[in-house]
Amino acid sequence: MKIFKQYFIGASLLAALASCGELDNYDAPSKKLTGRIVYNGQAINVEKGQVRLQLWEDGWKTKAPINVAIEPDGSFSALLFNGDYKVVIPQNDGPFMKLTNDVTQSDTIALTLRGSTEMDIEVRPYYIPHSATFSTASSKISVNFSIDKVITDANAKDIEYAALYINKTRFVSKGVKLAGGEATISGGSIADLDDVNLEVNIPNIVPAQQYVYAIVAVKVAGVEDLIYTPVQKIEF
Amino acid sequence: MKKYIFLLVMMLCIATTACKDEEFMNKEPKDILLDDDVFKDEKLVLSVVGGFYNRYPEYQSLTNWWEYTNFDEAFASAFGDYWRHQFQDYGYDWWGMWGRAEYGYLREMNVFLQKIAQAEDLEEPVRKRFEAEVRFLRSALFFEMTKRMGGVPLILEPLTYDFSGDASYLQYPRAKESEMYDFIISEMDAIKTMLPDDPNTKSRATKGLALAVKARAALYAGSIAKYGTTTPQVTLPNGEVGIPADKADAYYQKVLDAVQEMSGYSLYNKKPDLSDNFANIFLDKANNPEVIFVNDYKLKSGKVNGWTLDNTPISLSEEGTTGGRLNPSLNLAQQFELLDNTFAPFEIVDGGGDPIVYDNAEDIFAGRDARLAGTIIFPGSTFKGKEVDIWAGLVMNNGAIVTGDTRGQTKQLEEGGPQVQVVGKDGPIDGLEFTAQTGFYIRKHLDPTVGAGQIGTQSEVWWVRYRYAEVLLNAAEAAFELGQLNVAADYMNQVRARAGLITPLQESDITFDRIVHERRVELAFEGHQLWDMKRWRIAHVVWDGSNTGLPTNLEDATTPSTQVYGLIPYKIHDPGEANHGKFIYKVVKPGRVTNTHRFRLGNYYSYIADNVAGANPKIVRNPNH
Repeated sequence: MKIFKQYFIGASLLAALASCGELDNYDAPSKKLTGRIVYNGQAINVEKGQVRLQLWEDGWKTKAPINVAIEPDGSFSALLFNGDYKVVIPQNDGPFMKLTNDVTQSDTIALTLRGSTEMDIEVRPYYIPHSATFSTASSKISVNFSIDKVITDANAKDIEYAALYINKTRFVSKGVKLAGGEATISGGSIADLDDVNLEVNIPNIVPAQQYVYAIVAVKVAGVEDLIYTPVQKIEF
Repeated sequence: MKKYIFLLVMMLCIATTACKDEEFMNKEPKDILLDDDVFKDEKLVLSVVGGFYNRYPEYQSLTNWWEYTNFDEAFASAFGDYWRHQFQDYGYDWWGMWGRAEYGYLREMNVFLQKIAQAEDLEEPVRKRFEAEVRFLRSALFFEMTKRMGGVPLILEPLTYDFSGDASYLQYPRAKESEMYDFIISEMDAIKTMLPDDPNTKSRATKGLALAVKARAALYAGSIAKYGTTTPQVTLPNGEVGIPADKADAYYQKVLDAVQEMSGYSLYNKKPDLSDNFANIFLDKANNPEVIFVNDYKLKSGKVNGWTLDNTPISLSEEGTTGGRLNPSLNLAQQFELLDNTFAPFEIVDGGGDPIVYDNAEDIFAGRDARLAGTIIFPGSTFKGKEVDIWAGLVMNNGAIVTGDTRGQTKQLEEGGPQVQVVGKDGPIDGLEFTAQTGFYIRKHLDPTVGAGQIGTQSEVWWVRYRYAEVLLNAAEAAFELGQLNVAADYMNQVRARAGLITPLQESDITFDRIVHERRVELAFEGHQLWDMKRWRIAHVVWDGSNTGLPTNLEDATTPSTQVYGLIPYKIHDPGEANHGKFIYKVVKPGRVTNTHRFRLGNYYSYIADNVAGANPKIVRNPNH
């Protein structure tokens, strides 16, 4: 019994000591960095999990980036500590060219974070698909849309293909779609960039539902990531 | 008083022992062999070198069947491995190889090379052979790292930290990718004369092996130079990744030179049945003229492998409870040509859309490349003289399908009738592990010896790392790229004739697609596929994440193939009718295959871990990461 009592006191002491840990702990990061990847104020739509920002903070012994995913609607957010960061989109990531930053004279953006900050990052996409109008008829989904060619100088690239993807949830992209829920047209077959038409049969959906989500994308030759339009819900 | 005496004695003790510091600190250990002892004795040095051989780095081998299921060659029929068909993107850090294990191994080899140069107690030829073997193993490590990471720091001597507080003199930059391959090629040239020219030595380095490594390395370098131009994003400005295109021809020429220098090897041709002959390449350890370098196993030595235990058809499994894990895919099986050198899918329906009825399950596979039956166990095949029992269910005369959910299940088909087996003892039952969920089992490397499938015994089948058929295909590819089509056709035809494809290919038949195809069927399940797809830069085209179904364009090496498919037989149950007991086939996608594989540009060269890049500012990160 005596031994038990000693252990009990010891354990209580330990618990008491361990619980008053306020002295040696950091608060969780609480400063919110939010923003979007934009061109002329319009957000760039990309595929989920494929494009990211990297935040680098100088002054640490070893260097490792904080990876911040860019959401399908072009937005990003991260909870951080106050500090001086360098923001960069990794090389060859994203369906766009990066702009040269005036301050750093490179594609790196200096970010001085003092409290929650909102920061849009301006980029130049090769192409932008837009004005997609969807229609449904006899278990088919058709779309008519336009493609703007943004980069026309020496860096211009061709369209490899344009595509229509459908899925049963809001998550729809080249990677996530219904089996058979895909239609493409090669860049060479597009006669008029302002009048592109695609059509896909609605596959059998289990369990049955009377709507799908659809998206239009452009694949640029020599660029891995696709650029998308916003997702639209289509009822039929 | 007693206390003081005790203290005095204690102090005396300390004082007397303290004088012998020198002696105490320099005592010879009784349980460790020191360098000086080891390098006096040939046998001890051999065991050190043996230890290096055991650490030979590789990705797919006999000890990890599951790694074959990550791509489109096979399905993993095991509960814990279904995820391999349910992810989409390969992680950027897959196949990464750059850490303490690799550089620790490298350091030990570099230390060894320093010591062996001064081991004067060994005879000169013995010493030279050991030196050459370790230099071969060091090159093999660099080769493996280069395949995965691109150029890495070429550290050729042991590095020692001087405890000065500044480690920057130990920070080496990455070598160019071309420098890595140049180093491997020059090392092989340097050591080939130091190694025995003995084709019967299989588990240690030989002259033939040095030439085979040279050929493979030069081929990889040549194809990265040539096909790297299709993916300009997968390069780094200083050449740590990517090789300039103008170097391609010189590399291809080196392949041909190396292959022409080889002698003493020939294709294995000992058995009259061509499929058995092909399977036997990997089983026959006695005077095998084809095999160049292996990782050998030996029963009762502690070094055995579980390939047969894991992959024996479940109905023939010696343990009864385990086996059948690796199911080759229909994607691979349909690649095997007809005997007239044409491609054709397996015929399951006739012109009118009705299923074709086969008398025997194996008839659908007849008239093809003998390597099909040598690589894959399909319905109707035998293993160890017993037939596998692969059929998915009974087709009744009204078209209904009756099947079961346990292996070999019996059911009463009509009231009062007899119990009838409704599904094969090997399945396939969708979602039931160890059954042939694609309709196929693996035959390559599978050991027919009694006991090989028992946990307590396992198998001593060797793992073939280099064999002559690959050397010939390397030469064929190099000759093709150099425009010497007749030479290429000649090399290809040697390999194909052994597989029963005796109509020779003509010069005009030799194309890039043909080369890709030949390697795919000859070298399946031998650890080549991923690296081949990478060096040709077609991995992101074939595994592109698209959902296009079973590939139908069989001649085309760049057809997307992102999911594994199966071909499963059903037995017709129609007593008294002509078709009773005969088979029809269906193409299926196993239910556990729920996602499409996507190989992104960032997968060509794996992610360099942050701790590696952070510790050495000279390390350039790989592209697209």
